[in-house]
Amino acid sequence: MSILSLRNVVKRYHNHTAVNDVSFDIPQGSIFGLLGPNGAGKTSLIRIITGITGADSGEIIFNGENINNIRAAQIGYLPEERGLYKKMKVGEQLMYLAQLKGLSRRDAKKSIDFWFEKFGIGDWWNKRVQELSKGMQQKIQFVATVMHDPKLIILDEPFSGLDPINTNLIKSEIDELNNNGASIVFSTHRMEQVEEICEHIVLINQGAKILEGKVSDVKEAFKENKYKIGFKGRMPSGLSSDSFSVLADTEDEFLIQIKPGHNSNELLRELMQKGITIQSYNEILPSLNEIFINKVKGVSNE
Amino acid sequence: MNNIWIITQREYFSRVKSKTFLLTTFLTPLGILLFMAAIAFIFSRGSDDMKNISVYDPSNLTEQSLRTRSNLNLTYSEASLESLFDQYEQKEIAGILEISPLDSATVTEYKAIYHSDDQLAIDESLSIESALSRQIRKYKLISLDIDEQKLKTLETDVSISPKTINSDKKITSMTSIVSGALGAAVSYAMFFIILLYGAQVMRSVMEEKINRIVEVLISSVKPFELMFGKVLGVGLVGLTQILIWLVLLFGITMIAAPLLGINAGTMPTPETMGLPPEAMQELPMEKVNAVMAELMSMNWWKILPLIILYFFGGYFTYAALFAAVGSAVGEDINEANSLTFPVMMPLMLAFYVGFAAMRAPDSTMAVWASMLPLFSSIVMPVRLPFDPPMWQIAVSIISMLLFMVFLIWVAAKIYRVGILMYGKKASFRELAKWLIYKT
Repeated sequence: MSILSLRNVVKRYHNHTAVNDVSFDIPQGSIFGLLGPNGAGKTSLIRIITGITGADSGEIIFNGENINNIRAAQIGYLPEERGLYKKMKVGEQLMYLAQLKGLSRRDAKKSIDFWFEKFGIGDWWNKRVQELSKGMQQKIQFVATVMHDPKLIILDEPFSGLDPINTNLIKSEIDELNNNGASIVFSTHRMEQVEEICEHIVLINQGAKILEGKVSDVKEAFKENKYKIGFKGRMPSGLSSDSFSVLADTEDEFLIQIKPGHNSNELLRELMQKGITIQSYNEILPSLNEIFINKVKGVSNE
Repeated sequence: MNNIWIITQREYFSRVKSKTFLLTTFLTPLGILLFMAAIAFIFSRGSDDMKNISVYDPSNLTEQSLRTRSNLNLTYSEASLESLFDQYEQKEIAGILEISPLDSATVTEYKAIYHSDDQLAIDESLSIESALSRQIRKYKLISLDIDEQKLKTLETDVSISPKTINSDKKITSMTSIVSGALGAAVSYAMFFIILLYGAQVMRSVMEEKINRIVEVLISSVKPFELMFGKVLGVGLVGLTQILIWLVLLFGITMIAAPLLGINAGTMPTPETMGLPPEAMQELPMEKVNAVMAELMSMNWWKILPLIILYFFGGYFTYAALFAAVGSAVGEDINEANSLTFPVMMPLMLAFYVGFAAMRAPDSTMAVWASMLPLFSSIVMPVRLPFDPPMWQIAVSIISMLLFMVFLIWVAAKIYRVGILMYGKKASFRELAKWLIYKT
């Protein structure tokens, strides 16, 4: 079951195609990574999903319905470029934004109080945004994104400009929201964060989708049969054979790539026959970063 | 609909509660009062250095009784012209007024000579001329043996008293003057209010764009709702401010006028300010009463709602355009200037046409301009006190409202593209393209 399905979405501006026939599904309850280099079309896609702009063609299905009137109340969006009214008081501002999301005054107040208590910022209600530090403003912006309890939360580079403590705070909030049933779209070009947080990803470049799937599946698909082997004792020379080759070695570790048509049992048998005491054996999966760079380079070289 | 209302409320209350609003609302009338007082002061002064002038009048034409404005100290001297020149050289006097004898009592032109290296100021010169003229008149009356009383009976005060043929409307000789003044005041106010609050809408749109909060807002509401709510909110702020000013004006006149002894007759007007004091006649009380009566007799039940309708029509039309301009401008405020120009043009033109319409409310230009959208909201209120035909009002209002809806639609098209467009310099060609963008 997908919370959101994009079908052949196209968005053209007069001299370039920002989104070129993109289709993917965001599974219900997942944390979904929308990846791509700068200028790939991530923001254009998000703007289409949030209804800020319309697609030229294609279809967007939200929870089985054509996405239209339900949008504001069910989606929470944290834009990459943060923005709040500088001179407005924090409390009034959040009340205003919550009402625009369709909350009644009472529900808005209740929700804001809940989040303020959670973040320990209860005394900020009457502060003006311009009096707050950048990190504090980010927290307010986060509250503004999630206070109406949306089913789909879209976060565009949510950690940019946050210190490690606040990054962790927001990360755990994202996890908690996800555990409570919200689906989360996480847009970034920082791959290490994606690997840490996301279950599913879609990678887009130059407006087009280049790959999509579960993080583990993607890694599996791009693995190069590399293994890291820890050992004890002396390392014999001329270790490479028909079934594998040694890519690198150090005092107690070496990196091996198994050649096509062979498997790790053969490798281990051969190594043991050579009298090597194996202490650890790990498959090296490519990092998303590597896949990302590979794929993006591949496209731009074509 | 609900969203528009929420946005309108925020725009309204965030402004009305701000210190700036309180300051401008209460200090602006004070500022205008000070400004008017300063102008009155400046014009009442003129040249105020005391000047000692010797009058050389050997034929005693003026009978030693020449009287001019207070800063001129005229002294009659029996001394010869040469000795007066000596006095001038010693800087005892500022100049010598030489009054030559009158050739005959029938001359209609006369020249006196002022000897000095420094010129007389215009008002000083005017003052001496009119004083001399009066003295010569007196002299002529005696020498020609004319009876002053008889002469006065020759002068007749003529005025045209209008009387309608078919309609039963009461009009007096004051009607057109009072209507004109009222129309001018309304048109002046309209122009400034539209300009003032239109510019506020533009600044507010720019602020949201530069702040980047607009992206958060647009993910919750439609761009049109945001724009319309803002225009409506700021418009209501304008209305509030006007109402407060009216109440203040009314209150101040009621309280202060009797205390200070001010009445409309002594307030400086352009006609009286430039002239020497002897030309300044106090308006007699009955004239003030006639003006009041004229104001009371107007059909306010018709005029006032229409004025408010024109205010909103004009304001919405222009404010929508200002919002579109604000959305197209990036971080650079200078870009705004070139884009606001085309919006300002019709506004300024309407203002001048409005002034022309005050003097000739039924001229072809006034009639057409009062029915032309973009102009009508400023020109028609000028004509309203003159009671224009009903069909013209109807055409004017319908065309204004239709055009207003059209312009709001155009503005909304530009706005929804503009607010999300960064780093692109908006030319008019670019704006035209935005009209056909799909979003």
